[in-house]
Amino acid sequence: MAHSVRRDCPELPDFFLLKRLARDQLIYLLEQLPGKKDLFIEPDLMSPLDRIANVSTLKQHEVDKLYKVEYKPVLSTSDQLCFLIRPRIQTVKWICDVANADKAAGKCRRYKIIFTPQKFYACEAVLEEQGLIGDVTTDEWSFYLLPLDEDIISLELPEFFRDNFLAGDQRWVRTAGSALHLLHSLYGPFSKVYGIGRCSKMAYESWREQVEEGEQRAQHAEIGKVFLIDRDVDFVTPLCSQVVYEGLVDDIFRIKCGCVEFGPEVTSSDKSMKVMLNSQDKVFNEIRNEHFSNVFGFLSQKARNLQTAYDKRRGMDIKQMKTFVSEELKGLKQEHRLLSMHIGASEAIMKKKTKQDFQELLKTEHSLLEGFEIRESISFIEEHINRQVSMIESLRLLCLLSITENGLLPKDYRSLKAQYLQSYGVDHLLTFANLRQLGLLVEQQPGETLTVMESKVGKLVNDKTAGKLSDAFSSLARKSNFRALSRKLNLVPKSDEEYDLRVPRDMAYIFSGAYVPLSCKLIEQVLERDGWTGLEEVTRLLNGHEFAVTGSNGADSKAKNDAQRIVLVMFLGGCTFSEISALRFLGRERGYKFIVVTTAITSSSRLIEALLDNHV
Amino acid sequence: MAFITANWNPLGEAFYRKMELYEMCWSLGDGLRDCLVAAAPYGGPIALLREPHRRSPSSRPQLEIYSASGVAIASFPWKSGPVVQLGWTVSDELLFIQEDGSVLIYDVFGSFKRHFSMGQEVVQSQVLEAKVFHSPYGTGVAIVTGSSRFILATNIDDLKLRRLPEVPGLQGTPSCWVVLTQDRQTKVLLSNGPELYILDNTSCTAVCPPGLGPQAGSIVHMSVSFSYKYLALFTDTGHLWTGSSHLQDKLIEVDTKKTTPPKQMVWCRRPKSQQPSVVLMWDKLLMVAGVCQDNIQFPIEDLCVLVGELDGVRIISSTNQELLQEVPLVCQEIFKIASMAPGALLLEAHREYEKSSQKADEYLREIKEQSMLGEAVRQCVEAAGHEYDSNTQKSLLRAASFGKCFLTDFSPDPFVSTCRELRVLNGVRESSVGLPLTHTQFKQMTLQVLIDRLVYRQFYPLAIEICRYLKIPDYQGVSRVLKHWASCKVQQKDLTDEAIARAVCVKVGDSPGVSYSHIAAKAYECGRTELAIKLLDFEARSGEQVPLLLKMKRSQLALSKAVESGDTDLVYTVVTYLKNEMNRGDFFMTLRNQPVALSLYRQFCKLQEQETLKDLYNQDDDHQELANYHVTASYREKRLDSRLSLLQSAVDEYNKAKNEFSAKATEDEMRLLRFQRKLDDEKGAGLLGLSLQATMEALLALGLHKQAEQLYRDFKVPDKRYWWLKLKSLAEKEEWDELEKFSKSKKSPIGYLAFVDVCMKSNNKYEAKKYVSKVTPEQRVKAHLAVSDLEGAADAAIERKNESEMGAVLARCSASDHLLIDRLNRAAAAKK
Repeated sequence: MAHSVRRDCPELPDFFLLKRLARDQLIYLLEQLPGKKDLFIEPDLMSPLDRIANVSTLKQHEVDKLYKVEYKPVLSTSDQLCFLIRPRIQTVKWICDVANADKAAGKCRRYKIIFTPQKFYACEAVLEEQGLIGDVTTDEWSFYLLPLDEDIISLELPEFFRDNFLAGDQRWVRTAGSALHLLHSLYGPFSKVYGIGRCSKMAYESWREQVEEGEQRAQHAEIGKVFLIDRDVDFVTPLCSQVVYEGLVDDIFRIKCGCVEFGPEVTSSDKSMKVMLNSQDKVFNEIRNEHFSNVFGFLSQKARNLQTAYDKRRGMDIKQMKTFVSEELKGLKQEHRLLSMHIGASEAIMKKKTKQDFQELLKTEHSLLEGFEIRESISFIEEHINRQVSMIESLRLLCLLSITENGLLPKDYRSLKAQYLQSYGVDHLLTFANLRQLGLLVEQQPGETLTVMESKVGKLVNDKTAGKLSDAFSSLARKSNFRALSRKLNLVPKSDEEYDLRVPRDMAYIFSGAYVPLSCKLIEQVLERDGWTGLEEVTRLLNGHEFAVTGSNGADSKAKNDAQRIVLVMFLGGCTFSEISALRFLGRERGYKFIVVTTAITSSSRLIEALLDNHV
Repeated sequence: MAFITANWNPLGEAFYRKMELYEMCWSLGDGLRDCLVAAAPYGGPIALLREPHRRSPSSRPQLEIYSASGVAIASFPWKSGPVVQLGWTVSDELLFIQEDGSVLIYDVFGSFKRHFSMGQEVVQSQVLEAKVFHSPYGTGVAIVTGSSRFILATNIDDLKLRRLPEVPGLQGTPSCWVVLTQDRQTKVLLSNGPELYILDNTSCTAVCPPGLGPQAGSIVHMSVSFSYKYLALFTDTGHLWTGSSHLQDKLIEVDTKKTTPPKQMVWCRRPKSQQPSVVLMWDKLLMVAGVCQDNIQFPIEDLCVLVGELDGVRIISSTNQELLQEVPLVCQEIFKIASMAPGALLLEAHREYEKSSQKADEYLREIKEQSMLGEAVRQCVEAAGHEYDSNTQKSLLRAASFGKCFLTDFSPDPFVSTCRELRVLNGVRESSVGLPLTHTQFKQMTLQVLIDRLVYRQFYPLAIEICRYLKIPDYQGVSRVLKHWASCKVQQKDLTDEAIARAVCVKVGDSPGVSYSHIAAKAYECGRTELAIKLLDFEARSGEQVPLLLKMKRSQLALSKAVESGDTDLVYTVVTYLKNEMNRGDFFMTLRNQPVALSLYRQFCKLQEQETLKDLYNQDDDHQELANYHVTASYREKRLDSRLSLLQSAVDEYNKAKNEFSAKATEDEMRLLRFQRKLDDEKGAGLLGLSLQATMEALLALGLHKQAEQLYRDFKVPDKRYWWLKLKSLAEKEEWDELEKFSKSKKSPIGYLAFVDVCMKSNNKYEAKKYVSKVTPEQRVKAHLAVSDLEGAADAAIERKNESEMGAVLARCSASDHLLIDRLNRAAAAKK
């Protein structure tokens, strides 16, 4: 493709090791419970587990039957039950019910709970409360990181976002720290760590603590720099509609754990098909980062190439034909299959997205980002609500409006909210309370009372505990400063110039040239400046909590230049495929390789769904 | 150096030597007479309890503790009850077994640690005899009670008393008894007159040592070896029987020709040696009896005490202390007169070399010819380890080092480590320290234990020196010593909190592995809470501070430290603790000051205790959250009236929170619910719980236009919404006449393009066309295009002279529409 690729990009480290470590530990844990046993798996651990150890591996280690945790009485006849779960109180309670029911029925079984990635005191407290400490053994499977692709690693913890940012529950911070610690011990030592956000800072501290506790092995660093970023630093980017191929596929078909299920409308048969989407898929690898408008052109070019390759057969003699069949045909067939699948997917996307509605939606988003024609945008959103186009989409637009406009006028706030409630039910009052708490959808305060409070809090921040006190609910007082940030960092390119999406000139291409994602822009700036100097105004607008720390081996960092250009970016609270595409673009431009570590892959709808609080 | 063998005494194939370890530093007036003496193995301390039997209120027995070299460590009058037996534990604690069965434990400095009892029955029957023994499980205590029962505790740190079965025919104490540890079981072997019994947990078995004839008489003394492998029995006819402690093999039976039982009888052997022997002591005689018929006899002048060691016997008298041991084989080989062992030759070679004599070369050649130089060096190194005299050590090591020069690939490790270890051993053998350890003992007890013992005896500087000298990693070495030092320091009562805290901080600094919280815990144990808090301040990891703070009841501080640590498990631990500890009000108030803890607790309550959640909000007067809580609760409620009452509470709370909007919305919801209920009752519409929009949709679908209209008015539904709704609903039901009527009812607030679009969605072009004319001029082209009326669209576009609209029409034209295309192009051109 037409990108100006820097040829000297360093090689990525191999993350297969992470999988092997996780698998070995799981096997060890299963063997701790000798004999045949039935394994109950938390539904959202199914797919990650599948990537680590498949059914036959489990069977080899005396797992008899596999069940999904469904909060129903168990039908298993085995006398050993093993539960592989996330540390959630609800699940532990269910296991207690199972054990107590067995007790009442006079059944004697052995129970073992394997918490992953770690156990929480609260879960053990439930066991204790129910008097089952003696009957149930617990263990930890420290499966922190699942490599989804060669440059994406996920913690597969979608609840991180809600727990940490909405509920103010910091239990996962240590998990993030441990994940970082694992990466550090395998691929470090890191020479430089940057970060922004309160959670990032805490995760960083937790990691440092673990480093100090453990022994340090001297080794060759494979990852040089690390950037930690909280999701609440940038809510705008994940709220925008994705238009890069991989992002679009995620928005429409929902990629789950690196795997997508294409329905009949894509496969053009009556069966749906599960496909792994990663760099192994050659066709996908070439289009995943492309703006959707280029994808068709690319695919048809590819199809023509393929045809030419097939056509070579004509005029071949027997011998040539033999080599063709044995060497090329399989590859071509494979490519053919992939190509037709992606063409099918693109068609399905076109059907859904190129309608006028979508164009207008994008237009509204762009004017919100630019800050023009706000009234029109508001009436578009109003109509969107009134016509009940989509519960999630409407909320998304409302949030985007609120963040970019620094809150809604009281009149608008009320009327839009009232209309939304009429459309989708009063229970969404709670959803609105959540959104307000996160600062995603707020009312503009009459007379800037907030700033006064802010400055007061600011004075207190020097005092450590006072800082922590005020931090805990800082999001309540959080004020979006999107407009000012956008000006400072030049996030919205001037719209009068034509933007050629085939030859992107900056990261804005992932949003059709309308907006450079804030999160990625920050990363770019900090890497360029090797710290936060010169960005003081920006960090002030972002509520601070920025840090840049040089590692212990900072001195010899110059020698190992390759590792220095491998940058690990950790998103606490999730990141979108569009952001990953933008970072890949940035990497190509600047000769970096980015490794994205995220608590989970997110998208606008996942983000909003996490904040819903209606009773369904 | 012929004199090295001067104190060697042959016994069978082996030699025994008696070396002086110390001239005792103590000056005991009465010697060891009338004393209860306990000396710990591995060169441990010695305790004397003088005159324990003479009881009068004015003169209490005096307890004295000395190091092995006789340096006084502690001395105090014994004020507790009469003591039957003294003994040392493996961790150098002193046990006093009293007549009433209570066992008091003191540390080496004479301060009381704790006590335990050997059982209630003993208080009545009294302890007649007691023994302290060591086994892999720790230190144990065995007693014989006045009712001739044996009671055992295998490990005093994990006290489990075992009452052994009765011994048939036993009255009072047995003639003699020992405790055996065999096959992971602790047993007692005892003799009662001519009978010999083994007592284990369940049974009492009469046994007979093989080869001990009845003519030998009854057993009056017995002794078991350090490793519990061998047993020695002494009979009243003066026969000494030795054999395995399993009583399956006999080693030898000797007639000592002594009819009085010995005062003490102790095994003397070294590991791996095939020559076990027994040391017997009478008033004036010390006899070493080996496996051959021979024996060695030493006259003794003074009263002595024998202490069995791993590789010999220590003989403590009131003036000096000696070690009696079998000469190690390697030393024999080197020092035996006229020995031609490679080590001996090497030693000789080196001696000649120092004299600058060419004989050195001859000797060396001789060794090398047999290619035994490596062996020679090894022998010298090993022998040096066994020698107690530093000059002998030096000459052996020099010889080894000399021999090493002629070897190319010889690992220097054994040499280096022996040098180092000897330096350490010589250091601790110093009379001022008084740990007369042999190299074999040192290897057995390990360096870690040695350091522990030094620390325990408070030789901190020496311990640190040793750690540094042997380059032990800080974690296991220096830091550990510092930790103990600090724990000891905080107990010094004469210093102020401030001074101690400073001293600790200066010394410990931030050595890895020293936990200030641990030191603080010690301070707290000694009742110095303030000091503990001061020390905790030095602790870098806030998480470590929490458990102790909780213990000290500084729960508020604990909570904030837990929050600071970022470890939510810890926060939760504190919260649970506080919850049980405080009354509810205080608990909530505490949480209120700690938002992190509060939100954590809220999360927990949401899943576990909904009611508590309500109380929490109530306490905080958080009306907003309280209202939200009621709303959530209302959805769990099946019955309408309770649901309404919950919503009413929510309304009240919202009003209190001055959130009029939410209050109004909730009121509306209540109104809607009532309305839905009414209609459900009347028409069975199934509306309950639907949103306003969904309700209206359902009503329209059911054809209940009037009711829908009523909702539209009552709830001030915006016109636009209602129009969209009705439009869609009518189109879906294909009630085209109704739709037309509706379109004419008043001017459409959503325009008429919507009508066109909706009709087209239902594929009704005919109906759609009806509305095209009503569309505003701006949207007319779009409307025409929507119904695929290209001509109309073209007309409208040309009429409006709008280029982009003309373009839009053009884009839709196919090649067959060339007339139209021409027209549009002309119009476009005309405009330009």
